[in-house]
Amino acid sequence: MTAIHRGPVSAAVFAYRMRWKRRRLLFRIWRKRRQITPVCDRTTVIRPGAILCFSTVRNEMLRLPFFLAHYRKLGVSHFLFVDNDSDDGTAAFLAAQPDVSLWKTSQSYRLSRFGMDWLGWLQWTYGHGHWCLTVDADELLIYPHCEQRDLHALTNWLDGQGARSFGALMLDMYPKGPLDQHDHHPGDDPTKLLAWFDAANYRQRPHPVYDNLWTQGGVRERVFFAAEPHKAPTLSKTPLVRWHWRHVYVSSTHQMLPRKLNQVFDPDSDAKTTGVLLHTKFLPNIAAKSAEELTRRQHFENSDLYQTYHQRLTESPDLWCPTSTRYEGPAQLTRLGLMSKGRWV
Amino acid sequence: MSFGVVMLVHTAFDRAEQMVRHWVYGGCPVVVHVDAKVDQPAYDVFKQALGDLENVLFCQRHRCEWGGWGLVAASQTAATLLLDSFPDVRHVYLASGACLPLRPVTELADYLKAHPDTDFIESATTADVPWPVGGLDRERFTLMFPFSWKKQRWLFDRFVKLQQLLRYRRKMPEGLVPHMGSQWWCLTRQTLRAILDDPKRGIYDRFFKLVWIPDESYYQTLVRVHATRIESRSLTLAKFDFQGKPHIFYDDHTALLMRSGCFVARKAWPHAEGLYQSFPRQTTEFLPNQEPNTATIDRIFASAVDRRLRGRHGLFMQSRFPNRDRENGLAAAPYSVFQGFDDVFPDFATWLAKRTEAQVHGHLFARDRVHFASGDTIDRGGLSDSARLRDYNARMFLTNLIWNGRETHQCFQFGPADAQDIRWMLAKDTQARIWVISGAWAVPLFLSRRSASEVRAEAARLQGIEHKFLNVLRSSHARARIQIMTLAEFVEAPTDVLQAIIDEIAGHRGSAVTELPEMANIAGLPAFLQDLKNQGMHPFLTGQLSDKPAIPARRQAAPKPYVIGRK
Repeated sequence: MTAIHRGPVSAAVFAYRMRWKRRRLLFRIWRKRRQITPVCDRTTVIRPGAILCFSTVRNEMLRLPFFLAHYRKLGVSHFLFVDNDSDDGTAAFLAAQPDVSLWKTSQSYRLSRFGMDWLGWLQWTYGHGHWCLTVDADELLIYPHCEQRDLHALTNWLDGQGARSFGALMLDMYPKGPLDQHDHHPGDDPTKLLAWFDAANYRQRPHPVYDNLWTQGGVRERVFFAAEPHKAPTLSKTPLVRWHWRHVYVSSTHQMLPRKLNQVFDPDSDAKTTGVLLHTKFLPNIAAKSAEELTRRQHFENSDLYQTYHQRLTESPDLWCPTSTRYEGPAQLTRLGLMSKGRWV
Repeated sequence: MSFGVVMLVHTAFDRAEQMVRHWVYGGCPVVVHVDAKVDQPAYDVFKQALGDLENVLFCQRHRCEWGGWGLVAASQTAATLLLDSFPDVRHVYLASGACLPLRPVTELADYLKAHPDTDFIESATTADVPWPVGGLDRERFTLMFPFSWKKQRWLFDRFVKLQQLLRYRRKMPEGLVPHMGSQWWCLTRQTLRAILDDPKRGIYDRFFKLVWIPDESYYQTLVRVHATRIESRSLTLAKFDFQGKPHIFYDDHTALLMRSGCFVARKAWPHAEGLYQSFPRQTTEFLPNQEPNTATIDRIFASAVDRRLRGRHGLFMQSRFPNRDRENGLAAAPYSVFQGFDDVFPDFATWLAKRTEAQVHGHLFARDRVHFASGDTIDRGGLSDSARLRDYNARMFLTNLIWNGRETHQCFQFGPADAQDIRWMLAKDTQARIWVISGAWAVPLFLSRRSASEVRAEAARLQGIEHKFLNVLRSSHARARIQIMTLAEFVEAPTDVLQAIIDEIAGHRGSAVTELPEMANIAGLPAFLQDLKNQGMHPFLTGQLSDKPAIPARRQAAPKPYVIGRK
């Protein structure tokens, strides 16, 4: 289902404009390719068929050990990180991992389209032909059966279905009680602490431009954006893609070009397999991170909108409410309808 | 051993080797066909790895393209070699490298020994059974398919279209009736010999070379000419989706496959360590001749097809976003909407909740906030009571609410004072049961004790909004179950209406309405309405109220409420 029904001529014109937009983005990526410099390049070990993970990080020591463990278990063979000026030992930690290639930059995160220009160049160079996972350090991908079937099984299935991309809903996880009143150590499973989520307050509408299903809702909207719902964060993502060098992410991993890749939902039934990105943003260091963000202003195009949001986060609010749902595992999310097995039984 | 195996291999050679060893150690000779697309070094390594086994032969290689003739040619060559080289083989089992034997070889051998003259091959006539897979059934035989579906899809589609346009039809060779079925068979030596040595084989082969997916029809058709006894089912458990692509078995299917009692399953995920450790089993609890039982597996995989066709009703998620126009029945479960009832009976919600097991919300679409049944600010699933959030996407708000509480019947109050964006969804939703007492908004206005001139504008506004809502409900697009009655009609026979409501919600568990909820004191309402009329505002939606609106104990023949109902 396309959001806007265009006539054949305007559809062709629109498609052509989108093509040029994609080319402009590719050119931008190419232009900014020297903003990142390699720290340790182990990309020669990448074999055909390997699943690659791309991520931009900044001061993520709290999350990275579990992040790596999670994705290694799912069968990611190689990680390609861009370190944006960390000062908590992230770079040294990553450089010491045998399956990590690391680049560094001190350029503006915001001006690189929130890391998408940097990652775009890495995907262009190394991703072609591979299944590429593009996630932030606070996003843990899960999908139906992920405890028994690794990403190779999933991507093999997707290949068989002729699918080139895989969609996921970003699910904000939060603890019970004020955000900073907890202990969390590197390597701990964040879902043990951030064990709660909002089960069913999500809204979807087809995106008028990119044909993706635009999802908003969840706890951040409920607590921070109730007065301005249109500014609430977008929760639909397309994190896993069989990459072609011509592909580009437009805005974070929410939208892609060519638009065909955004069609990760099924217009008729829930026959497409989809996953969930467990969003571990609300770990105890969120208050400190938000305080830093208030001065750095590197997140989101219209940072002004997010000032109050970050301001309130520095006060460590309690996001929990009596109707919050406790996280039990992938099967529960399938049952709740937050993700779907589709035909993959 | 009584049977031999023809194994088609094109990938995952380590698993294939494991399977060959399994068959050979069980005492079966194996002829392996390796796809000609596999490069020579890989082929040599594979051949070498099996060099220590005596009863393994490698046959001449063909190029195997999905849907093409190569697969049939491969099985022909391999089967010929097997029959020629191993004269005691009585059955030939066609398997692939991804076929996973579940039960011991001896059990399969015993089973085949007990059915010495039976050919196990799924074979259904295309005339009687529509083959749901791939879209084409009879046309597979009547058209020509020289192009590859996978690699030359454009040409494939165009050529099919062209032939359909020209009404081209191929002639079946004399004596053949088109049959189709699973490509994994187990045939007796006699039948297979007869097929391979048929004097007309040249004619048949030429015909089938241009049939689409001949491996699903070549043996299936020819076996009808030669076999003495056909058991039309495959001994290999294989599940296909609606496109004809095989479902894959993973570790989490282990228990399911254990219980199935099938001999062989296809196809197994090559990296499913758990599966390959559990199977093939050395001993089983099955009797040697026990028939496979696939009911559970069939049901689970059928659910995948179901999900494709319908999806989970009322679920709106990223995986499922039904086209608005095609979706009939938007919400996940039936729900009731009451307009005007809480004006006439201030305590209506409590009364209804007590008499049914339904969850009765207040005005969900009130302008100030959402009035949940719980009275909380956040309802199940994290649904907020913020009117702003609700109105941002009222449709999704309602579908979320119904989905969250889909195991109970939910009701809510509605009225002309509420946000009205939702009215088209309510009218079009087959899950909605809408009860309207039109003109009931007059009751609270009357009870406010303000004069008719003071409330005139407000009354006109409410009436205008309600009139629009009623027009929506009466439009030809409305699909909900809708009952509209005027205030006058309702107060004539409230018991009957309330009884109908309770019956609708509670079904057979509904009890007879013995006491009514307390009604607002509407003595003097007719005079008030007349006053409004005198001000020039005709409350036409209330109906003609009589001066004595007494509640009759139980009327003999109550006037039927004005009903617009559709299934």
